[in-house]
Amino acid sequence: MREKTIKVEVNGDLYEREVESRRLLVHFIRDDLELTGTHIGCDTGNCGACTVLYNGDAIKSCMMLAVQADGASIDTVEGLARDGELHPIQQAFSETHALQCGYCTPGMLMSAKYLLDSNPNPSEPEIRKAIQGNICRCTGYVNIVEAIQRAAGHD
Amino acid sequence: MHPVTHGSAEHGRAWFNHAVLLSEVEYARPASVDEALVLLAGDDNARALAGGQTLINVLKQRLVSPDLLVDLAELEELTPITVAEDGSLELGAMATLSDLIASAEVQERRPILAEVASSVADVQVRNRGTVGGNVCSNDPTNHLPPLMVAAGATMTIASAAGTRTVPAEDFFLGVYMTAVGPGELLTGVSIPAAGGTGDGFFSVTVGNEGTGIVNVAATVNGEARIAIGCVSSLPVLVTSRPDDESVREAVRAADLDPPSDVHGSGEYRRHLAEVLAVRAVGYARSSG
Repeated sequence: MREKTIKVEVNGDLYEREVESRRLLVHFIRDDLELTGTHIGCDTGNCGACTVLYNGDAIKSCMMLAVQADGASIDTVEGLARDGELHPIQQAFSETHALQCGYCTPGMLMSAKYLLDSNPNPSEPEIRKAIQGNICRCTGYVNIVEAIQRAAGHD
Repeated sequence: MHPVTHGSAEHGRAWFNHAVLLSEVEYARPASVDEALVLLAGDDNARALAGGQTLINVLKQRLVSPDLLVDLAELEELTPITVAEDGSLELGAMATLSDLIASAEVQERRPILAEVASSVADVQVRNRGTVGGNVCSNDPTNHLPPLMVAAGATMTIASAAGTRTVPAEDFFLGVYMTAVGPGELLTGVSIPAAGGTGDGFFSVTVGNEGTGIVNVAATVNGEARIAIGCVSSLPVLVTSRPDDESVREAVRAADLDPPSDVHGSGEYRRHLAEVLAVRAVGYARSSG
């Protein structure tokens, strides 16, 4: 079928939509669900701006089709803050100035969350390895690493 | 028609909503290997979709435009990593690179697989990218093809006619080409019991853990089996005595003629092949 109806849980909400088989997951999230926090950076799987959690695992949503996500649970950056309170990782990014233009930030936050979910006290090399798939052209990564270290203390 | 010619923001938005990169394609998610084989055999232009970390980008570039994608995601029989009675390590084709890294069986029996898997791309790619996808895409810079050749792995290929096995050194046929033919599916990779074999893998990459300029995998068990990646359309297998000078001579005797590109000249790759082979064999000697 060139079009399929898929059911996807995103940030705890269930969505049912008809999508073309060729539609990328990132376009589905941004354009169909209008959750534009997930960014498209390179569209080639290099930059990590489109990182989301897919059944709990960090993945690049530009390298997956929406139809592949049928039945899956997805977390995007919109799901981090709760009741107007920033997530501790977001708070730490704010406090340590871990962003400048902010384009990479949603992907960085999701990669940081994925790391801290499985490893609450990562070393600096572990943090750097965990964000290897996320490119930032502003910060030089120093403050991002510091933010994740700070978030680890609060998480 | 270019969307801008429509003028209004409404039309622009409508166009944006339908932004697509891929050609139209049918999609199926079979529930069994048999069902997948029927689908793959039923359409000459069907493609198996594993983790998609190569194929989705290839589809975006429209280098291939299959009629049908056969998503292997639900074939749970293809995901386990187990140990066979003879001690060989059985990797399901749909085991992800992250599964390799997390596997206690891999760590115990062939830790080089986890070590190499953890240097592939980044965690997001490793969470989706599979063993089967890495070997079947057979990009000459991929990590697993030389590793499988050096380790003497055996590939299991299924089709409607049954299953057949192919040694890794006969599996890789050319750039992006393997022994998996139309209507066939790689279901697993078997790696013989280590039995005192040591493994090594060294590469020089573009940036830290980036694309390989040259990759060399080696196993040592009495003799050294050395598989060199990125220097030809398929991994080049060289055997030698495991001392440094014999390894150098064997690699020189292979008369490699690697391609030149922006990352390195053919001459530089030939030099790297020799140096990395000595390092990989040295590491394998000490880890056996």
